[in-house]
Amino acid sequence: MRITTGLLTAFFATQAYALDAPKVELTDPLDTGMWSYHQINILGNPDKIRFDERVVVKAPVAAEDSFNVPVLVDATALEDVKQMVFLVDYGPIPKILTYWPQKAEPKLSFRFKIDQATPVRAAVQTGDGEWHVGSTVIDAAGGGCSAPAVAYAADDWEEHLGEVRGRVWPEKGRVRMIVDHPMDTGLADGIPVFIIEQLQLADNLSGESLARLELHEPVNEDPAFTLYFGSNGVGNEVQVTGRDNNGNEIDAVLSAAAVQ
Amino acid sequence: MTDLTKRQFLGAVGSTAVIAALPKSVFAAPLSYDLAPVQVADGIWMIEGRTEYFSAENGGAIVNCALIETEAGIVLVDTGPSRKYGEALLDVARGLNGRGVAGVMITHHHPDHFFGNQVFSDKPIHALPETRALAESQGDGFADNMYRLLGDWMRGTEPAPPNTDVSSSVISIGGRSFETLPLSGHTGADLAILDQKTGLLIAGDLAFLNRAPTTPHADLPTWRAALDVLTEKNASAILPGHGPLDTSGASLAQTRDYLDWLEATLKQAALDGLDMVEIMDEPLPDRFAGMGAMPQEFHRSIAHLYPQIERDSMPLGQ
Repeated sequence: MRITTGLLTAFFATQAYALDAPKVELTDPLDTGMWSYHQINILGNPDKIRFDERVVVKAPVAAEDSFNVPVLVDATALEDVKQMVFLVDYGPIPKILTYWPQKAEPKLSFRFKIDQATPVRAAVQTGDGEWHVGSTVIDAAGGGCSAPAVAYAADDWEEHLGEVRGRVWPEKGRVRMIVDHPMDTGLADGIPVFIIEQLQLADNLSGESLARLELHEPVNEDPAFTLYFGSNGVGNEVQVTGRDNNGNEIDAVLSAAAVQ
Repeated sequence: MTDLTKRQFLGAVGSTAVIAALPKSVFAAPLSYDLAPVQVADGIWMIEGRTEYFSAENGGAIVNCALIETEAGIVLVDTGPSRKYGEALLDVARGLNGRGVAGVMITHHHPDHFFGNQVFSDKPIHALPETRALAESQGDGFADNMYRLLGDWMRGTEPAPPNTDVSSSVISIGGRSFETLPLSGHTGADLAILDQKTGLLIAGDLAFLNRAPTTPHADLPTWRAALDVLTEKNASAILPGHGPLDTSGASLAQTRDYLDWLEATLKQAALDGLDMVEIMDEPLPDRFAGMGAMPQEFHRSIAHLYPQIERDSMPLGQ
């Protein structure tokens, strides 16, 4: 009888472990209660993962504009970065975007819509398969995910859909771009999900792929990104291509400014 | 123990238990605004706000209000961030003039300037028509955020939009005349008020002094044009919306200097391809770094202004 109880206890403990606990249990420096859940569901319950101060997440302490919260993630202290996943702990749609830097530095500026005060995480995977996680906290009045896009206030938004504004700074190794798109989350009444899903950057002369982005609903309306390359690590012309979930294509070439 | 009866003993134990069971807030110091009127001209007093951002410590008392004596009673200019603040203003007004408050003028629709209106809802509350419309459309949203930032200071506060449109260039109340200057730029409608008796200009938030200007609804070219108008008035003194009384015109010059620097800095940042977080890292010039609410207001202004400035600056891809 004692043995049976012991076996049952062991059995249930195993079950509880399998259901709730990630393979690698981390001590979340922010202790939000949500990290393990995202570790399993967004990162796929990886075998190797750690919180790592070399992944720097910079953002304002408080979100002034819930629709446009700027974040800069810098993982250049890590070698051989393959992909970077950005997410929030609290929000109806936690995953913001995934970045494959390819020829770019593992560093990205972006903006997103915040729904409430939350930590923002950057999970960065290196070539050895290990994930390195950095965090910061942003306070917010909230509501950014469940309001209609501002674009609909303008009659001509459709004419500008998918337009790309931007510039290349080859000597500084920098590309900045803004893509016109409502980025509807599907959470505003009567407005289905309408988002850019993919963006790729390629050298316009050689066709070499430079970087790739996979966007999710929380990315801001008219997504704005800065990509970083080493000094002279990017040519004078960069082609941006992409597509939204309705099949609209994005295709534009950004150029270096004429020397002034 | 001999002198203590059983009833007294139980009573003492009982009251200890009651004290322990009461919520802690009963014993915390009650929240109250300590408003000290300072005379700045003949028959005009100011309540000087702290040059900070809203916090649960300052209760939102970060704004300047004016109390102006007339034969009909006190005319208030701006009513502060909460109902409780409005009540404190009413006490100050009654202390200055036995007739109490005769009327109110509101400079613009930001919550720190009109959320005390409830207390004066039976009086004429003058404002530009556009200010009234903006207070009606944005007041509830402001209230959500003010409750979040200020907590219990906001108890019982509901936004009460102005009830009387300013439609003439002069308003007379109780024998005192005020020139009304219908401007904009800090918001969609900014009322500046020139007291004709003393030449004192109440500039609202078109002028800040030693406190960083705020830009959530700003249009910078229009704001600069409004500063031109105010400068031409050669006022005897200027009561800025935030910061100390200005007797030299410094508030207008400083506000213009800051707006010029802010716009130039953001335009250059767009040319350099910076994102907002990178701009926040840039050091402030010494002449602005010491202003109240810095660098928070600079960071807020980046969020307000940069997306459009950047959009205008970036060429369209081919």
